[in-house]
This record gives sequence, structure tokens and C-alpha cells, in this order.
Amino acid sequence: MSTNTAIELRHITKRFGSVVANNDVSLEIRKGEILSVLGENGCGKTTLMNMIAGIYYPDEGEILVDGKPVIIRSPKDAFKYKIGMVHQHFKLVDIFTAAENIVLVDTEDKHYKMNAVNAKVKEIADRYGFNLDPKKKIYEMSVSEKQTVEIIKVLYKNSDILILDEPTAVLTPQETEMLFKVLRKMREDGKSIIIITHKLHEVLEISDRVAVLRKGEHIATVDTKDATESSLTEMMVGQKVSLNINRSEPVDSVTRLKVIGLSATSKDGVKVLDDINFEAKSGEILGIAGIAGSGQRELLEAIAGLQPLESGEIDYNDPKTGDIVNLRDKTPLQIRNMGVRLSFVPEDRLGMGLVGNMNITDNMMLRSYRKGKSIFVDRERPKNLAEEIIEELQVNTPGVTTPVRRLSGGNVQKVLVGREISAAPRVLMVAYPVRGLDINSSYTIYNLLNEQKEKGVSVIFVGEDLDVLLELCDRILVINSGRITGICDGRTVTKEEVGLLMTKSEKAEKEVSDGQ
Amino acid sequence: MSIVNYLLSAFSIGIIFLLGATGEIITEKVGHLNLGIPGVMSVGATGGCIALQAMYKYRDVLPGWLIVLVALLACFICAGLMGLLYCFITVSLHSNQNVTGLALTTFGVGITKYEMSKLTRIGAHEYLYALPIFRQPFSDSTNALKYCGVMTFIALFIAIAVSFVLYRTKVGLNLRAVGESAATADAVGINVTAYKYVATIIGSGIAGFGGLYYIMDYAGSQEAYLSIEALGWLSVALVIFSLWKPLVCVFGSFVFGLLYIANAYAASILGITLPMKLTPIMKLLPYVATVIILVLTSIRKRRENQPPAGLGITYFREER
Amino acid sequence: MDNNNHKEKQPLFHITKRNEMPVWQAMSVRVIAVMAALLLCMILSFILIGINPGKMLVSMITGSFGSQRRVWKFFKDLAVLLCISLAVTPAFRMKFWNIGAEGQTLIGCLASVACIINLGGKVSEPLLVIIMLAASLAAGAIWGLIPAIFKAIWDTNETLFTLMMNYIATFIVSYYLMVWTPSGSSTLGALKYGFLPVVFHNYFLLILVVVILTVLIYVYLNYSKHGYEISVVGESRRTALYIGINVKKVIVRTMALSGALCGLAGFLIVSALDHSITTNSVGGQGFTAIMVSWLAKFNPLAMAGTSALITFLNQGASQISTDFNIDSAFPNIIVGIIIFFIIGCEFFIYYKVNFRHKGKEAK
Repeated sequence: MSTNTAIELRHITKRFGSVVANNDVSLEIRKGEILSVLGENGCGKTTLMNMIAGIYYPDEGEILVDGKPVIIRSPKDAFKYKIGMVHQHFKLVDIFTAAENIVLVDTEDKHYKMNAVNAKVKEIADRYGFNLDPKKKIYEMSVSEKQTVEIIKVLYKNSDILILDEPTAVLTPQETEMLFKVLRKMREDGKSIIIITHKLHEVLEISDRVAVLRKGEHIATVDTKDATESSLTEMMVGQKVSLNINRSEPVDSVTRLKVIGLSATSKDGVKVLDDINFEAKSGEILGIAGIAGSGQRELLEAIAGLQPLESGEIDYNDPKTGDIVNLRDKTPLQIRNMGVRLSFVPEDRLGMGLVGNMNITDNMMLRSYRKGKSIFVDRERPKNLAEEIIEELQVNTPGVTTPVRRLSGGNVQKVLVGREISAAPRVLMVAYPVRGLDINSSYTIYNLLNEQKEKGVSVIFVGEDLDVLLELCDRILVINSGRITGICDGRTVTKEEVGLLMTKSEKAEKEVSDGQ
Repeated sequence: MSIVNYLLSAFSIGIIFLLGATGEIITEKVGHLNLGIPGVMSVGATGGCIALQAMYKYRDVLPGWLIVLVALLACFICAGLMGLLYCFITVSLHSNQNVTGLALTTFGVGITKYEMSKLTRIGAHEYLYALPIFRQPFSDSTNALKYCGVMTFIALFIAIAVSFVLYRTKVGLNLRAVGESAATADAVGINVTAYKYVATIIGSGIAGFGGLYYIMDYAGSQEAYLSIEALGWLSVALVIFSLWKPLVCVFGSFVFGLLYIANAYAASILGITLPMKLTPIMKLLPYVATVIILVLTSIRKRRENQPPAGLGITYFREER
Repeated sequence: MDNNNHKEKQPLFHITKRNEMPVWQAMSVRVIAVMAALLLCMILSFILIGINPGKMLVSMITGSFGSQRRVWKFFKDLAVLLCISLAVTPAFRMKFWNIGAEGQTLIGCLASVACIINLGGKVSEPLLVIIMLAASLAAGAIWGLIPAIFKAIWDTNETLFTLMMNYIATFIVSYYLMVWTPSGSSTLGALKYGFLPVVFHNYFLLILVVVILTVLIYVYLNYSKHGYEISVVGESRRTALYIGINVKKVIVRTMALSGALCGLAGFLIVSALDHSITTNSVGGQGFTAIMVSWLAKFNPLAMAGTSALITFLNQGASQISTDFNIDSAFPNIIVGIIIFFIIGCEFFIYYKVNFRHKGKEAK
């Protein structure tokens, strides 16, 4: 075959129930190129790639490898066509060693000489400069070590086509640079590499071409040299977005929440929060910026009483009594019983904030069902509240008895935010509230947050989109590896400055480790 | 002498648990808690006995080894079919493992009672003619050595072989990967469904041997089939007691055996007569020991000693 | 790459999750499954034993409804099975896989019998019955609590733990049987004390208690705060933590309730039916109850239906084995086959099998 195309997708459609994840997508991947698949969260990037890797099977359309139509029913079939995928959620067997996990992919290996496997793994790791002990058990490993295992898995299999699903999300810039070096080396060997990402600067740095997906559809594929951040953004979001989020001046700001010297360690022994100090004031929106997994979740959960702490204090200034109470080591219930009006919209909406299998009314009472002395639950008020929220926030649902898992992402979020706001909070914490939401729903959420701010609520907003943070927040706290690297004024700080702070401490850390 | 007798008896009754547990370990290692094992063991025994009954007329013509072989084959096929049924419902039809397993036990014990009582009615349990053949090479022994027939060696061989396959071969690595995380195994191209089917069927076949061994070696009586269910549950317990490791199982089966028959031998060994009423207390010791092991491993949380991570979880690739 | 596989076939079918199926449609799938299973049983019986299918069907129905006595027996068996099924349900809603109902019920029986043996004739009959009830509830609750506490604190696997507790209960019963029967016969005759009052009919009060219990459990699970907490814990541990539910407390409390209700079933078996105990007093109903509860999707009202179905099948099959002089194990086989069909048919309610269209082949 004279074709230069490694894989071609023709008219691929995939539905999950009534949700169309991919609609009529046609795309080609050339030999010896790095292709970025770019799109917002929930645009169908991962689903599309999973169909090439044999995890899902397309409802319609066909896949061609080397110009021939192929059927990829399973990952095994994918391997047969030398396609390997590194998933975002690592697929590793915890109680196996690195080498055992890696040799799993080698379906031809019948001899199974563990010593030889260990040596080969070591050899691959050394060749690319990875630092990996083949005999280390996965459950003893850090996240980046686990990713190394996943990548070596694909290299071990000698795949020609490598798919990486948001590989840099868990890496430090140095590790990312390392990875890019490996990928370029692989491209030189004539391999095709697909990177799923939503980080524009990485797209521009590493890829030869960019395929942009939006809402399950393939918008365009362009050469990277012809693309700019703004042209790609335009394709991603569909229209030039000038955010124009309202921002009022904080009125009568007083310190509502004071966090002093917060430190915590995860179950794996990693320091997730390291001496965190800040104040959240009434009538302002405090933004928290940082790359994913820098301790944002742990910080919010610590305040909400869900994350055990090693040291520190969380002082809440009760506006009614003027008393200051320490929330540390209190359970969520104790916090509520102390009269602290704290609302929390967690990142994991259906896994934490709401119960997917319960209907909207029952989800409304999650917070309030204990009210009253009766042993029975009162469904009347939650039902009214549900109807109110549906009406006011324009939740698209057949009715209050619909299980929330059947709602779309935006509507799920409206239900959750609506409930949390209905409790008339003094402190409102929201984590990634617009992730996966369309533009209209996002603005509904911004407006709700602004309304709360104007009511004198202290809003803590964890976001990923810097433009939103810069337009919405009064102050922005930047966090990295569990440490605060800066707190800036949202009105004057520039995007570059925040971006720099987001990666700052890593550079400092690197210098330290180099010196050792 | 009685102490030797005791140890030998304990060893040989342990073989029943060993076979049942080895079969169940293979099944659980691919992530399937088969609570139908007592039913599977019963049906395996039934299959073997029916085959023996069928060969009754030719018992003088056929060589002993062939009779045993055919019986084992019939046993394996019948028990394996039960495994296939379980697997079809839990793997292909994604059904709840506990419910299916319990139904399988009811069903299997039902079939066994039905078929075995028929056999007994026809010709005074003629299948027992094969007893001396099964008890080779010690069939003439007057003490408990006579229980250590050919199947004893088969059982030990199977336990060692299964351990070897699980921990020393690629197939075993794949199999354990399926039970730990089916999604991971699937992602690296292991045929999860095939592994689950094959492991469950082979595991059931091996467990079936346990039932046949009990009737043809240890008990050697026509009523024996009624007790297989209880022994089957002990096998399930032994899997937990052995921390899902076939070699530990060899040791564990002996311990279970020692406890199970302790009361009967107490008088002759210790020279004291324990009251009869202590028999049930001794018999519940294996279960208590299992509970203690279960609790201790959950407290210590050593990763290697936990049940397979995917145990009891139905895997559906397109789950979202 | 090898070139010989371009003739490769498209997969014959692939399986996807369905959108929710309407209730009537789901019910008809289940009815069809039961019908198909019955048909299979009839065909098998005809081929293997030569039973006339028509006569078999008549036997089956007369087994439960052939006479007034059989109708009472049907409702009696139904009540006991339903009682245990209701007992396991709160734990199942919490996704606590309690398969120890057999042992919890048996230990409830034992507690009642122990009260009769030690107090029978020494205290007044009504007082004795009340003490028996309290003892059975407590015994069942303790039997449920032991695995629950370990689950709550150390996350000990509850399925395996509760399974073991069944056999421990069995051998404790067999120990006491030996203690109570000095002759060593291990067979306890009918006891003369501790009778549940007879109202209207021997079984009436038993049935009434279970009817009331069904309604209570339904209300408890669907309308009480406890029931709501159970649902939240069962659906998502993280949500439960997030809203400040003490998960450990809910686990322990719910298992104590589950165990106590099993104990109640044990009390009913002794005081209203057996007035004695054997290691087989519960007769595997603790396991059958798990299937009954699961088949009813843990809905107490639907459970009345599923336990009626299982009781009907059991009794019908027993009648067949009497009428046609077949071994008494025959019902187990029939009920087993039908349960396999019912379990299996759930697949078609939740999943869809898509066959590939031939027309979409590439050119």
C-alpha cells in the first residue's frame, strides 16, 4: 500500500442511550505524525479514541487501518493492528509488579520468564530515560510512575499507533518535557501518536496536526504550523467568546473564613496540603487556580470536614454571633449543627453531590432530611424546592420524579447548585462548576455565583479556565502541589502571571532535588 | 496406632475440601464467587456414580484404570456443565453471582438426591463395586490408609499444578489479572469472557472430583451423597482460610480435617472420652477459624492476602 | 501485516445497555420467562419420566389450591418465606450482601426454644411468649451485628463472613440438641409451652404478623429517615459522607434490624409452627429469601408476589412428586430451573442485543 494513512475513521457514530457521544466523525491519522485531538471536556474525544482501542464498538461507520477496513471488537484486536492506548484512568493490576503488568500485554509470550521480562522492561525504561523498578508493586507507586508503566506497556508491545489520553494532566512540567522527548523519538521511528488534550500550548508544542472536536462532531483538522491559540479556541468553542462576566465591587467585606497552616497527607503518604494559609471574605469571590490535582479537592474537602488534617486551623466567623469557631476535625454534620452555613458543590456531582439513582425531590433532601423530630421524612418541602429550582434555573427534565442520572450534565449541575444555594449559605464552595456545561448553562452558574456574592456570601470558586477566573473572581489564589504559590488581585493580574504561579513551586522543587 | 489413624483420616477427609477449594480458588481468581460449589460437587459425584453404575456389567472385563478414568471424566463433565450454567448466567447474562450460586446449589443438590436415590433403588448401589479400585494401592489396608486411593494423589497433583499455573505461567498471570481487574485485562487484550468461562468450568470440574472422592474413597457408602453439601460449604470456607492460595490450601485442608474428626478420635488418642455433645463444637471450629482468618486479613490489610479485587463484580465493557 | 483477514466477519451482535424499560414491558419479560421455564420443565418431565404435561399442570395448581388445608399451608409457607425476605431487604438496599439469613433465623429459633425449655411451665404462657419474642429478636440481631461491626470498622468481607455465621449457628443448634436430649437421640419432641395464640385459625396470626410487617418495612424503607439513609449509603458512600451520614452507624443499625427480623421469623417458626427445633428448621429458606428479595428488586410489596411465586412452585412441584411418585428432591430441580430463567431474563430487561446490519458493509 502506498498510502501514508495509518488509520482512517469514516462516519463513526456512537450513542450511549439517548446521548450521542460521536456523530458522523471522519478523521485520518498519518504515519509518523503526532496528532492532537483537541476539545473541551465531554466533547467525545475519549469515546472516539476508545473505539480505535477496542473499548467501545461504534454503532455506525467503519475504521480503516492501512487502507483496509478492519473490525476492532476488543483491545486485543487493536493490538493486532498495533494500536496501543494509555488511558487517563490507569488500567493496572494493583497487586502485580510493574513488569507483570507490562508482560500482560504480550499475548504471544508463552514462556513467561520473569527475569527476562524484568530485564527487557529495565532496558526499555533506560533507553528512554524513565526511572522505573520493574519489581515494584503498583500499589506502592506514585501517579507518574504508574503512567510510566502504562507507556512502557505500549512500547513493550511495539505498537505503531499510540493513543495517549490526557497524559500530561498528572505530570510536572519536567515530566511532560520528558514525555514529549519520548514521543518525538517515537515519531522519528515512523510511529503515529495521538494525544488527547485540552491544553492549547501543549498542542502547539508537540503536534504536527490538530483535530478539533466539538459536542461529538469533528470540526476540522488543521496543520499546527497554521494554527494559533485563538484560532484553535474558536474552533473548540464554536464562536469567538468574549466572556463579559459581570463583576461587582465587594461591599462590606469582612473575613468569614480564615485558614491557618493547613497540612494533610493522602493515604499513599503524599503531602496533599502543605501549610495553606488564606482568608475568604464575605461578599467576594475567591478563585482557586492550579493544574488538576494540585490539592484543590483536598482543600475544599478539608474545609467541608471530609479530609483528615495533620495540622492547621479553619476558623469560621459567625456573622450572627460574631463568634469564631474552629471547624477542624469536625464531621460535616457537626459543622452544620454548630450553625455554620457552609455549602459545597463538589467536583464529582453524581458520585458525591447527588445520588444518580434518586429522583430530583429525594436529592433535594440530602442536606435537609434530618429537619424536624418526626421519624419520617418530609417530602413536601423538598418537592416544592425541586419545582422552584426547575422553574427558576430552567432545568430541562420531565419532572421532579426523574432520576438525576437521566439528566444532562448542565441540568445535573443546576440541580446541585440550586440545592446548595437554597440553604442560604454564608460560605459557598464550588469546584469546577461549569465543567462539561454548555455556554448558556455556564453563564447561569456565573450569574448565580455573582448573586450570592452580592448577598454577602463568601464564595470560593475552584476553576480550570483562567479566562473565567480572571473575569469572575475578586481575588485568585494559586495552588501548586498542595502549596499556595500566590494570591493575586483578580482585576489586575494577567493570565501569564497566574500561569507562571501555577508552575512556580515545581521549579523550586526541581532545583532542590537536583542539588541532592 | 490410633494417632496415625487419626492423622491419615484427617488427611484424607481434607482431600475433599482440598479438591472443592482448589476448584473454587480458580473460579474466585477470575472474580467469580461461586456459591454453587456444594451443588457442583454433588452433581460431580452423581455423574461419576452413574458412569460407574453403567460399567457395572463390564467390571470384570474392563481394566481398573479405565473404570476410574471414565468415572472421573463423567464427574468432570457433569460438574463442568454446572459451571457452564453458572457462567452463562453470571458472565453472559450479567446476573448477580450470589443469587445464581445459591440457586445452583439448590438445583445441584436436588438433582443429586433425585438421581442417587434412583441408583440406590435400582440395584442396591451397585456402583460401590468400584470402591477397591478407587482405593488402590491401599485398598487392602485395614486402617485409614485405605482412604488414600488414587484420587488422593490426583488431588495433590492438581493443587500443585494449579498453584504452578497461577503463579508461574503467563496463563496464570492473565487469569489473576482478570479477577483483579477485568477492565485492565480487557484493555491489554486478554479475552476476559473466555478466561472466565474456562476457569469456572475447569474449577467446577475439579470441585466435582471432591464429591466423587468422598463417596468412592472416604465414605464408601450409599448414603454419602447426602453429606456432600455440608462438605461443599466447608470447601468455600477453606478458600478464605487459605487466602486464595492452592498450596496453603493443602495445609489448610489437613487442619480442617483434623478439626472435623477430632472428637471421634479424642478418646483413643488422649485416653479421655469427650462427651458426644462436643462433636458439633469441634465441627464448627473450621468455620470459626475461617472467620478469624477473614477478620485478621481485613485488619492487617496486606494487599497480597485480600480476596481478588474483582470478586463478585460483574464486568460489562461498555459500562459508563 | 497479514493480508488474509480482510474477509473478517463483522461481530454477529453486540450488547448495549438499554434505556429504562416500561414497567409493563419488564413484567411481561418476566412472565414470559416463567412460562418458558414451566414449559421446559413439562417437556423435560414428559421426555425423562413420562409425565403427562396436562396432568402435571393440574397437580401443580392443586398443590397450592387443591383444598382448604393446602391453601392455608400455602399462605403459611408464603408468610415465613416473606418474613425472612423482608428481613434481608434493608441490608440489601444498603448493598450489604448479607447471606446469613439462614443462620440469623436459626439462632432466633434456638433462642425461642431455649426460653421454652428453661422457662416453660415456670412463667405464665403469655409472658413466656413475650420473653421468647424478645430473646429471638436479640439473638438474631446479635448474629447480624457481629459481621456488621467488623464490616464497619475493618471492611471485612460481609458475604463470606455471614456465610460462615450460618454454619456456626447450625452447629450451635446441634450442640444444644445434644444437651437437651440426654438420650443422645438429638431429636427434640414437640414442646408443650410457648404457643402463639390461635386466632381464627392456626396460621392466621402468623400470616397477619407478616402482612403487617410487610407494610411496616415498606413504610420504613420508603418514608422514614432511616430508610432514606439506607438508600443513600447503598447508592453512594461518598455522598453519605458528604452530607454527614455516619456510615458505620447506619451499617450497624441496619444489620441489627435485619438480624432481629430474621430472629422474628425464627420466633414465628417455633411459636406458631414447629414448637421444636432441628438443624434444618429454616430449611434453606434463608437462602431462598435472598433470591426472593433480589427478584423483587428489594421492594417489600413486590416481594409478596415473588415469595408467592416461589412458594407456589415449591408446593406445586411437591404435589407432582407425590402424585406421580417421584423422589422428593424433584421440586428442588423444578424450582432451580425456573429461578435460573427468572434470573436470566433480567438481562433482557437491562440490556439490548444489537444485531449488525448486513447492508452497511464497506464497498
